[in-house]
Amino acid sequence: MLEAPVLITVSLLYLGLLFAVAWWGDKRADQGRSLIASPTIYALSMAVYCTTWTFYGSVGRAAVSGIGFLPVYLGPTLVMALGWIVLLKMIRIVKANRITSIADFISSRYGKSHGLGGLVTIIAVVGIIPYISLQLKAVSNTVSLLFSYPEIVMPHRSATMSVGADISFYIALILAAFTIVFGTRHLDATERHEGMVAAIALESVVKLVAFLAVGVFVTYGVFDGFGDIFDRVAQQQELQKLMTAIPSGAGYSGWFSLVVLSGLAFLFLPRQFQVAVVENVNEAHLKRAAWLFPLYLLLINIFVLPIALGGLLHFAGQGVDADTLVLTFPMSQRQEGLTLLAFIGGLSSATGMVIVETIALSTMVCNDLVMPMLLRHKRATLAESKDLSGLLLAIRRGAIVVILLLGYLYFRLAGEAYALVAIGLISFSAVAQFAPALIGGMYWRGGTRGGALAGLTAGFLVWAYTLLLPSFAKSGWLPGDFLAQGFFGIELLRPQQLFGLSGIDEISHCLFWSFFANIGAYVAVSLLRPPMVAEATQATLFVDALSETGQGGAVLWRGRAQVSDLQELVGRFLGPNRAQSAFAGFARRNGRDGDSKPEADAKLVQFAESLLAGAIGSASARVMVASVAKEEPLSIEEVMHILDEASQLRTYSRELERKSRELTAATLELREANERLQELDRVKDDIMSSVTHELRTPLTSIRAFSELLHDDPKMHLADRTRFLGLIVSEAERLTRLINQTLDLAKIESGRADWNGCELDLKEVIEQSIAATSQLVHEKEAHIEVDLPDNLPLILADRDRLIQVMLNLLSNAVKFLTPGSGLIRVTLSRRDDGLQVSVADNGPGIRPEDQQLVFEKFRQVGDTMTAKPSGTGLGLPISRRIVEHFGGELWVESVPGEGATFRFTLPFPPVQPPAAAPAA
Amino acid sequence: MHRRILAGDRLIAAFLIGCVLFNYPVLSLFDRPSEIFGIPLVYAYIFTAWALVIALMAWAVERRFK
Repeated sequence: MLEAPVLITVSLLYLGLLFAVAWWGDKRADQGRSLIASPTIYALSMAVYCTTWTFYGSVGRAAVSGIGFLPVYLGPTLVMALGWIVLLKMIRIVKANRITSIADFISSRYGKSHGLGGLVTIIAVVGIIPYISLQLKAVSNTVSLLFSYPEIVMPHRSATMSVGADISFYIALILAAFTIVFGTRHLDATERHEGMVAAIALESVVKLVAFLAVGVFVTYGVFDGFGDIFDRVAQQQELQKLMTAIPSGAGYSGWFSLVVLSGLAFLFLPRQFQVAVVENVNEAHLKRAAWLFPLYLLLINIFVLPIALGGLLHFAGQGVDADTLVLTFPMSQRQEGLTLLAFIGGLSSATGMVIVETIALSTMVCNDLVMPMLLRHKRATLAESKDLSGLLLAIRRGAIVVILLLGYLYFRLAGEAYALVAIGLISFSAVAQFAPALIGGMYWRGGTRGGALAGLTAGFLVWAYTLLLPSFAKSGWLPGDFLAQGFFGIELLRPQQLFGLSGIDEISHCLFWSFFANIGAYVAVSLLRPPMVAEATQATLFVDALSETGQGGAVLWRGRAQVSDLQELVGRFLGPNRAQSAFAGFARRNGRDGDSKPEADAKLVQFAESLLAGAIGSASARVMVASVAKEEPLSIEEVMHILDEASQLRTYSRELERKSRELTAATLELREANERLQELDRVKDDIMSSVTHELRTPLTSIRAFSELLHDDPKMHLADRTRFLGLIVSEAERLTRLINQTLDLAKIESGRADWNGCELDLKEVIEQSIAATSQLVHEKEAHIEVDLPDNLPLILADRDRLIQVMLNLLSNAVKFLTPGSGLIRVTLSRRDDGLQVSVADNGPGIRPEDQQLVFEKFRQVGDTMTAKPSGTGLGLPISRRIVEHFGGELWVESVPGEGATFRFTLPFPPVQPPAAAPAA
Repeated sequence: MHRRILAGDRLIAAFLIGCVLFNYPVLSLFDRPSEIFGIPLVYAYIFTAWALVIALMAWAVERRFK
């Protein structure tokens, strides 16, 4: 099933799936229901950090240096711990200034400088090309491997192979085409690509699953667990050296350099900057990502060692390149499904990197390299065109193709001499050069454009000299002499022992010298002269990004411009329709609907500039806006004054917001209090209307019997006595009804008197039973009791509890069949309190009535045959009493077999009895 | 606000702990040819320390304050 057509079909289907996800993500973003608004997706998109370097290269690295593959994952872990500080600030700055890329960031910080943006772009492109070639190498190696399945033939490429016969050339072209379709379908008004992020997150899941699957298969399928692999390795003398942290001789300094380098690269690689900063939806996502992303790194690395060591054991002497083990292991075991999964995982890690990296780089090339050149040399031609968005897209697409072809070229020239990880480290060292200018720019006001230019140039040159040129030399493309003898035969200039520094690995060496030159030049040149206005303004906005001053909103522009000119300008880059709707939206938000002054105010000018900055970068946007407006420069004092004022204004408005929030809260409380009062009123009315109805029944009988007595003076004595008896009992019922109604009203309104004291429930129950013994006796019933001694005391009101017990007992008695009645009263202990149950063997209660009995004035039972004799308030009152003391009262019953009323009372919380609820 | 500062400080603490645990000289203490549960000591150490730092970060940001 691994023939070429199958492979190609599966790969294309997978790319199609990614495309569909991206399309869906973009669609959801347009609808305002973002697909990627979750910290998990954010963390997964950051995992674009894991490329084929991780997927294939880590195993290769581990096979030669044991745990030496790990420091590049520890660095990002540490940086994520600081993410809440550093990344947060970067995100704030990027959002406030509509920054599109890392070149834009640096250029914007140092006064929106074209030169600086261009330099950063060049460094990024040159630095990243080896990294892209790494992806091409990994994919083309795996494809050639699969083509020879089931044989395992290491891909061999001779330098004389024609480009047309080289698989990796076609792979580069396919990736370019895919990226173009993927990332530059249309020019966004914003710099964000939600669909791309969704697809990247999916790829991160796929590569993790694929790698774990291979890892589990190797560890537990081929071998017998971790212990088994390590045991076998322990028996091989030559593998012993892999069991310590620094077998390669690089020393702990090499380890430390890699931790630092990877941490910096994690922040400053164009693709990481894109997903972590530019594409961030919500800065709160940083928090969960702070541990989710390192966790991802940990998971994807767990099986690296078992696969590497297992490979060394399993393929000993067969010449299998350890960089391919993730694929060759399942191949050698004829696991076709797993092989395909591994291949797709590797493809995911390569495409994810290539897509995001080239999109980020192409944006930089377009905004910070090509546009400035066009603006300088072809301003007139540009001015003629009405809509330049097509041109922008074409530039970006061209840049993608060129970057991928350069990657291919590097692969042809130098790719064979190095393992995957070594190639990647060259790129890491290049982007680390951004650190001084970028981090310095975020925390130091004194950094100037000159300083940044000098530092970046110096660092870049040293990097090229100590790492890039040697990589060409080692692959035979440059004469190798200068490595050994130094340029012009001067030994001190040997690229990898610069000024005689030796004894450390080449990465540490490059890192030290390049940072020495970079930081030194940056600081020294910055200190030569004070910052100019534009630099100082941007410095304040960047350095104070987390405080009041830096949060945008301040209007730092003075001059005259026409609305129509601005709108036309924006329209030329974003398309006229988009410009129209953006300007209309701005007018609406600022309450200027229908206001058609031709003169634009400073706020609108800044809005137009930020719109443009999203499309062509801040430096070009500045130049374009300046070209249609008459500007008056602001002095540094004026700028600081405006910034101060803006920050004060924001403080006031925040104060105002706080006050208004407090007011809202107070209003809400008032409303709630009012509602509570109304509710009480309603309860009272409710009871009144039920009560009057219930009172009428006994009153009516009393009146009827009284009238009979009154109207018939000659009535027999026996009848007279009977009627009087009825009148007395109805009057008693009336009194009871009124008492209980008052009682319930009191309880419900919270005005009842409660006397809490510790009491022995057993005693209460015995007293209640004694009080009802007469009733029980009349019905000729029996009471069985089961009341254990020495139960803990509980906290309740004695009289109220007796009221509850009397109620339950008299209820039970009421429904007993005379002569055969039996009541069981049980007291038992439960985990958190005591439980009392009163069971009878009467007719029971139907399930549908079991809740009704607790409602006010509801007497269940067959009202046709048995006249209700209670008030219908006993159970509701009892339930409220029990609930007041934190317990529950309920009934269990099977019709025909009696009913059991149970209630619980919790033990008092452990505290002095004085604090018991008493009111 | 207070809560946010506390979480930030805890993350910085996690960063510092990680810096110490992941590097020389602490790393070298475990860089010995011995095994724990059949796994070479330094492997077991670095993965454990890593997991610990991640757990610390998770605790710092996810814990609900009372």
